Amino acid sequence: MTKAPHLLVHDHADNVGVVVVEGLTAGTEMLGVVTHDNSDFRLVAKADIPIGHKVALKDLKPGDTVMKYGEDIGKMVGPAAVGEHVHVHNCKTKRW
Amino acid sequence: MAFDASSQTITAWRRENGRVGVRNHVLILPVDDISNAACESVANNVKGTLAIPHAYGRLQFGEDLDLHFRTMIGTGSNPNVAAVVVIGIEPEWTKIIVDGIAKTGKPVEGFSIEQKGDFETIRQASWKAKEFVHWATDQQRQECPLTDLWVSTKCGESDTTTGLSSCPTVGNMYDKLIPHGLYGVFGETSEITGAEHICQARAATPEAGAKFRALFDAYQAEVIEAYKTSDLSDSQPTKGNIIGGLTTIEEKALGNLEKIGRTSRYIDALKPAEAPAKGPGLYYMDTSSAAAECVPLMAAAGYVVHTFPTGQGNVIGNPIVPVIKITGNPRTLRTMSEHIDVDVTGVLKREQTIDQAGDALIDMIVRTANGRFTAAEALGHREFSLTKLYRSA
Repeated sequence: MTKAPHLLVHDHADNVGVVVVEGLTAGTEMLGVVTHDNSDFRLVAKADIPIGHKVALKDLKPGDTVMKYGEDIGKMVGPAAVGEHVHVHNCKTKRW
Repeated sequence: MAFDASSQTITAWRRENGRVGVRNHVLILPVDDISNAACESVANNVKGTLAIPHAYGRLQFGEDLDLHFRTMIGTGSNPNVAAVVVIGIEPEWTKIIVDGIAKTGKPVEGFSIEQKGDFETIRQASWKAKEFVHWATDQQRQECPLTDLWVSTKCGESDTTTGLSSCPTVGNMYDKLIPHGLYGVFGETSEITGAEHICQARAATPEAGAKFRALFDAYQAEVIEAYKTSDLSDSQPTKGNIIGGLTTIEEKALGNLEKIGRTSRYIDALKPAEAPAKGPGLYYMDTSSAAAECVPLMAAAGYVVHTFPTGQGNVIGNPIVPVIKITGNPRTLRTMSEHIDVDVTGVLKREQTIDQAGDALIDMIVRTANGRFTAAEALGHREFSLTKLYRSA
């Protein structure tokens, strides 16, 4: 692996990835890597997203299950188009 | 070159009961909160001793009192402790703790304050503490297998980078060392919420899995359901977790469980501060997810080195156990480098594999066992918060 990725995804079943660089700005064509098998892909960021925060890998709508680590981590309570920010403003646990 | 765990050695103290310690503390241990002042006076009189003041030990009863005794006896019995002076207000509870520690074979002596006062207690205890310091500093380190160590783990100020880098680094270390005889332990019951099915499935036996599940369900029923107002969202994930990008407890739990590796299976589920009794291997312990409460419980169970992945930057230490901090977050490494022992930021850049990060952690465990101060030791972090199950009488 030569180029440092902007975005890491745990599993191919995931619909969100994690920004792993500081200062990511909207419009950046991100290099994404799926850590499970080191495969890579490209995705354009639609927002300024801080390091550690999640990006939608596909269009997500309210009620959709959010997948990370290949597991259910909660549900969307607001929309996020592909490349947009997914966090507490549009995603919530299903537990409570 | 691949790391060979089976031949790696450390130089450490082999204690009377055969256990290996990596520090050589002479502890001045208060039975109760009102004996803290006497303990601190003794520690001030005699250099090379360490008082560990705490907030409890009076009017406790039942299971809560059992936990208090187990924590005090376990702390004194930890192999990182060479000898112990115990001070309590009353002789009876003092003797229970002294007798418990004495089972290890290490030097221990108790003093009680009632009918004597602080001055006389401090005078007597200081003489004994000085004798213990001379004895302890005469004890030599000797060569021991690395895998004779008991290594605990708990993460803190987690973010999404911990699940990607520092937590799987710990998991890789466990996967490499546990097959050679290492004792491991993980806990943080509230932080398994959302991944409890995965955690249960990672037990070595259905019995161990069921025991974990019973402790998990009891916690949900007796603590969360009994006391929650709306949900756990105001404290779990923490505000720091959320700044770091973690959104839900399930997401945090999945990252947390990365610490137990890929191949390791836990062989038993322990009560807080309970010593493992089923031989070498990985254990689960029912603990709080608060670092200053969790690490002392694992130390009281006999663990001598702690591995602590952090994302946003936790600063925790422990009085008797070196706490090794690992981060994969480049911003935290830049802004809080004085707290970090192992840099795995290369994992996010794909310049370092989890296998290489695991080796870097093992290298730091060896160096720490051999005497290198952790960042937390150098900075004087000695957090020691006792777990209390319910109100005192």
